[in-house]
Amino acid sequence: MTMNSGDTAWVLAATAMVLLMTPGLAFFYGGMVRAKSVLNMMMMSFVTIGIVSVLWTIFGYGLAFGDSGSGLYGSIGLSHLASAVNSMPNNGGVYPIPELAFSAFQLMFAVITPALISGAIADRTKLVAWVIFVSIWVTIVYFPVAHWVFDFGTKHKDGSITGAGWLASRGVLDFAGGTAVHINAGAAALALALVLGKRVGFARTPMKPHNLPLVLIGAGLLWFGWFGFNAGSALGANGLAALALINTQVATAAALLGWLIIEKFRDGHPTTLGAASGAVAGLVAITPACAFVAPWGAVLIGFAAGAVCALAVGLKYKFGFDDSLDVVGVHLVGGILGCIAIGFLGTTTVNSAGANGLLYGGGFTLLGKQALAVVSVFAFSFVISYVLGTIIKHTIGFRITEEAEVSGIDLAEHQETGYEFGLASGSFASRLGSAREGAES
Amino acid sequence: MKLITAIIKPFRLEDVREALVALGVPGMTVSEASGYGRQRGHTEVYRGAEYTIDLVPKVRIEIVVEDADADSVIDAIVATARTNSIGDGKVWSSSIDQVIRVRTGERGHDAL
Ligand SMILES: Nc1ncnc2c1ncn2[C@@H]1O[C@H](COP(=O)(O)OP(=O)(O)OP(=O)(O)O)[C@@H](O)[C@H]1O
Ligand SMILES: [Mg+2]
Repeated sequence: MTMNSGDTAWVLAATAMVLLMTPGLAFFYGGMVRAKSVLNMMMMSFVTIGIVSVLWTIFGYGLAFGDSGSGLYGSIGLSHLASAVNSMPNNGGVYPIPELAFSAFQLMFAVITPALISGAIADRTKLVAWVIFVSIWVTIVYFPVAHWVFDFGTKHKDGSITGAGWLASRGVLDFAGGTAVHINAGAAALALALVLGKRVGFARTPMKPHNLPLVLIGAGLLWFGWFGFNAGSALGANGLAALALINTQVATAAALLGWLIIEKFRDGHPTTLGAASGAVAGLVAITPACAFVAPWGAVLIGFAAGAVCALAVGLKYKFGFDDSLDVVGVHLVGGILGCIAIGFLGTTTVNSAGANGLLYGGGFTLLGKQALAVVSVFAFSFVISYVLGTIIKHTIGFRITEEAEVSGIDLAEHQETGYEFGLASGSFASRLGSAREGAES
Repeated sequence: MKLITAIIKPFRLEDVREALVALGVPGMTVSEASGYGRQRGHTEVYRGAEYTIDLVPKVRIEIVVEDADADSVIDAIVATARTNSIGDGKVWSSSIDQVIRVRTGERGHDAL
């Protein structure tokens, strides 16, 4: 087999689009926090790009896509990316693209998943604790779970397959990461929100989003990048990619409307934050399903995700945990909804590699597999994240001091402020040249 | 001399300013203010969480005038700022001991 330049071009472009999602997420989250924490919020995403890319190169790619034979994790040891220059990825079959393109594409998923968690612990997390958490979490949670779900094993000449992840080999359908990315991140977000505790003044003092235009820019970039995320997961420029792309669009559109309708009836006004949040909820929910359902099914999934997530974000006040930017309400709930929906709406008419769900005469088999994937990824991620978070909390500490939190984490952790407010800008500590002279108006 | 302070709705500022210029008022200080009167502010909802915003944006105008001019200035402000709806604002005046023009050192009436 020779490499296909069309497929390669699409996967390379999709890779860049998925990278852009993490800065997009930084805008989305950054606009939602208060002005005094915008930089730290964005930094949690940016530093994650740094950490995960380096770990991926050293051992991450091997741990996720290597072959240990266990189905639980890939190979332990160096990633050996250099040896993949001229090879093609064999992931349940050979794809006619460079293995390095596949590896880079998958790296971007590993980057954004821990970044998603950061929204749950906004305004109060020590940067060094976050760096340590992310480094260990991707190693013992993300890379293994990516192996469970995304590694379809090596297909040999006689047709046999070895080294597949245990969920992938059971026929679980998760096209682009409803489990490995969204449920995984959502479960970890819930665990960390519980471990770190509430922000000072949570549910008593106002914590309004400080910059909604920034939130909308972020949502727009996420939406754009998500076409790479979902349609790129076809690993080729083909009909499957087109199906994933159109489903991503219509589900997101329907979710935006679903969230706004709930707001109109519950709160009286449709909000821009609701439009942005609804869009993201739709993107999350369609992620696992985008290449397994018909477009009308995608509309249903999106609409349900928008409405359900709009209601779910209120739960944190009821249960009293401070998931600051609703990672649980949007990513965990939306991810579960999308994965389970495949069990109803999956159809082989759009994708012969998929399966029929309940509504297409497939019975409960697929639904059962989907539920198994949801429960196992949630449980694994929640437990490990809770234990890891607790260890960090009792050793180096996970939170900044109360005083630093109240006066603003940007100043405490970075010695920077996000916005220049004129009068309070101070003076040069050391001046270049002599005193300033000249006219003043 | 009197210091007249007026808290008005921001969108009335231009009309009030023109009326005062027409009266021959030589200068004024305008600043953004926020406050509330008898009815308080409004509510905002973000992802279902309701916030009560007590403070309403207003504009504050401050003018120092001769005692004799105070009433006509106050009347002009009240007449042009009024929209006959709640939150139209307040105007009050107080006595001022001294005014100095910084450039020349002139004091009192000469400084106005
Ligand atoms: N007692 C006060 N002291 C200082 N400022 C006040 C006082 N009352 C009102 N203000 C200022 O004036 C602004 C406008 O007040 P407002 O016109 O709402 O007064 P009100 O007494 O409620 O009258 P209305 O019934 O017409 O609304 C307030 O936002 C506040 O900035
Ligand atoms: Mg009032």
